[in-house]
Amino acid sequence: MEILVCVKQVPDTAENDIELAKGGRDIEREDLVYSVNEWDNYAVEAAIQLRDQVGGRVTVATIGDEEADEVLRRQLAMGADRGLHVCDDSLEGSDGLGLARILEAVVRKEAYDLILTGAQADDNAGQVGGMLAALLDLPFAALVNHLEVKDQGVLRIGREVAGGDQEISEIDLPCVLSIQTGINQPRYVGIRGIRKVASVDIPQLDAASLGLDQATVGEGAARLKRLDYFVPQGGPGARMLSGKPDQLAAQLVEILKAKGGIR
Amino acid sequence: MDNLFAYIMHREGVLHDSAAELLAAAHKLAPQAAAVAILAGHGPGLEAACQQAAALFPQVWKIADSGLAQPNAEILRPLLARLVPQGSLLLLAHEHLAMDLAPGLSVKLGAAYLPDAVALEGIEGGWLKAVREEFVGLVSAHVSLDISAGAVISLRPGAFKATEPGQPGQVLDKSAEALAGGSPPARRRYIETVAAEAGEVDITKAEVLVSVGRGIQDEDNLELVFDLAKALGAEVSCSRPIVDAKWLPKPRQVGTSGKTVKPKVYLACGISGSSQHLGGLTGASCVIAINKHPKAPIFQRAEVGVVADIIQFLPVLTKAVQAGK
Ligand SMILES: Cc1cc2nc3c(=O)[nH]c(=O)nc-3n(C[C@H](O)[C@H](O)[C@H](O)COP(=O)(O)OP(=O)(O)OC[C@H]3O[C@@H](n4cnc5c(N)ncnc54)[C@H](O)[C@@H]3O)c2cc1C
Ligand SMILES: Nc1ncnc2c1ncn2[C@@H]1O[C@H](COP(=O)(O)O)[C@@H](O)[C@H]1O
Repeated sequence: MEILVCVKQVPDTAENDIELAKGGRDIEREDLVYSVNEWDNYAVEAAIQLRDQVGGRVTVATIGDEEADEVLRRQLAMGADRGLHVCDDSLEGSDGLGLARILEAVVRKEAYDLILTGAQADDNAGQVGGMLAALLDLPFAALVNHLEVKDQGVLRIGREVAGGDQEISEIDLPCVLSIQTGINQPRYVGIRGIRKVASVDIPQLDAASLGLDQATVGEGAARLKRLDYFVPQGGPGARMLSGKPDQLAAQLVEILKAKGGIR
Repeated sequence: MDNLFAYIMHREGVLHDSAAELLAAAHKLAPQAAAVAILAGHGPGLEAACQQAAALFPQVWKIADSGLAQPNAEILRPLLARLVPQGSLLLLAHEHLAMDLAPGLSVKLGAAYLPDAVALEGIEGGWLKAVREEFVGLVSAHVSLDISAGAVISLRPGAFKATEPGQPGQVLDKSAEALAGGSPPARRRYIETVAAEAGEVDITKAEVLVSVGRGIQDEDNLELVFDLAKALGAEVSCSRPIVDAKWLPKPRQVGTSGKTVKPKVYLACGISGSSQHLGGLTGASCVIAINKHPKAPIFQRAEVGVVADIIQFLPVLTKAVQAGK
């Protein structure tokens, strides 16, 4: 099975404070630690497990700046076979549809049986996978949390729906799936694993080599534009307690008693 | 704005909670426009849901077909692409169905897509200004959407205050029009829905919950949480990453893909406060948050906040609770 997994490099929000920069036009990117989008990691693990079971090849692709090949190397260390790095300044500022069009061009260069994305990335959108499927006119399912081969050319999938219920379906290959966390336990990648793939060649693709029409991608074509970032001033917020740990604990005990929190 | 639609979910004859919120958002976009609710399905459940929708919306478009008994996004998308006129605005709740349906639908309609909006600020010169959240709610962004060729807009559940229903409306049967091209080949076939497992504890009934998130860092540290819960006489619940890591079973998960809880006190320990987690907290009376990051979004929802490292602080709190009893 030829599998393509779309992966995105995102700021690691567990490690970073997200601060505004340039009066809100951007976030402070100087000291950010980047990692692979959490959902994409599960998608790559799902692809590797499927390949190990039925044979084939896992390709990981990212659209990002010069440094974005780091996430591809991490996925190669996990066990992906090959990386593709779309890197071109003219593609910057693309909206979700622009990104989907770029990935469509990547897909059309070769034949894939299965294309995986994450359910969502750092922008909380969850849009690129569904758009890519529509552009390719392939069947799609979002929030997939179970995946197995049913018959030749058919997958049996589970989708997460409200309240943790699971919707089971069969879907024809080729198809596009967006993967939800919890579908598997992504394997650990150590420094040694990453060192091993440090010198692997990762081909770079640009708008020209993908045959992209510049009028359909990049900032100029974007119909969803970000005007600024800001820190929401929603609601009164919490009453913040202060003091040394035992003072904090004593205050909390009083509050817990008053609110019925101790039984 | 002539063409303003809202796709409404329903289940077992009951309209989804978001229906009135979508109506409120429609009013916000175009106070004068008569928004049309679209419902798809089959049988008495659909009829009942359409009647409830007609109590809110001036017009309801019904798509009824036995093939829509389980309205899967792959089946719905071509029907809606046929039925909704070019240039329309279509609203949906940013839920599991919208995530499945909406991005592809926007492509098929040639419309722009605005995912997971938390506020709509108005239309000017063919552009809609709105607010979204990024980076797990750590920052918000003003965005601008080109709606000149129409738009699909998904709205964060709970972000729009439901409005009072207006004049009762009428239900129009649009099935023939929507299904005119015949059913497209079913490349994705519904098999069954497996209900979420019931757990040994029912966190939805708990009066006090100590809830643990990724801030606990290590499975072994869960002991600190259970110790505190025991001292309080509380149950333990958690955020999704704890379940994904298989440290706690799924029935303990709070959130949109877990349980909705309604305790008197919800003590969130090392939980950032993502929209999906907060979605399960709508009924919680008093939320107390302990997080090492002073800007964690959970502090916006909480009534009381403590900035502390839970690994160090939880044992101190447990001792104080034991001593104070
Ligand atoms: C469709 C969909 C449905 C989802 N459904 C749910 C759901 O039902 N429930 C749910 O919870 N999530 C759900 N999620 C996931 C959600 O988006 C978040 O990823 C998740 O809620 C984050 O969990 P968290 O707060 O524990 O982890 P994080 O966001 O990683 O936050 C960890 C927090 O711990 C703090 N911290 C770290 N170390 C310490 C320490 N030593 N002491 C104190 N604080 C510390 C950090 O400052 C941070 O705020 C869903 C996502 C999707 C896409
Ligand atoms: N720049 C990118 N490069 C490759 N894949 C991406 C990119 N942006 C988004 N994706 C894919 O689309 C998924 C959903 O992202 P989003 O629609 O931005 O929430 C991600 O999990 C990735 O699989």
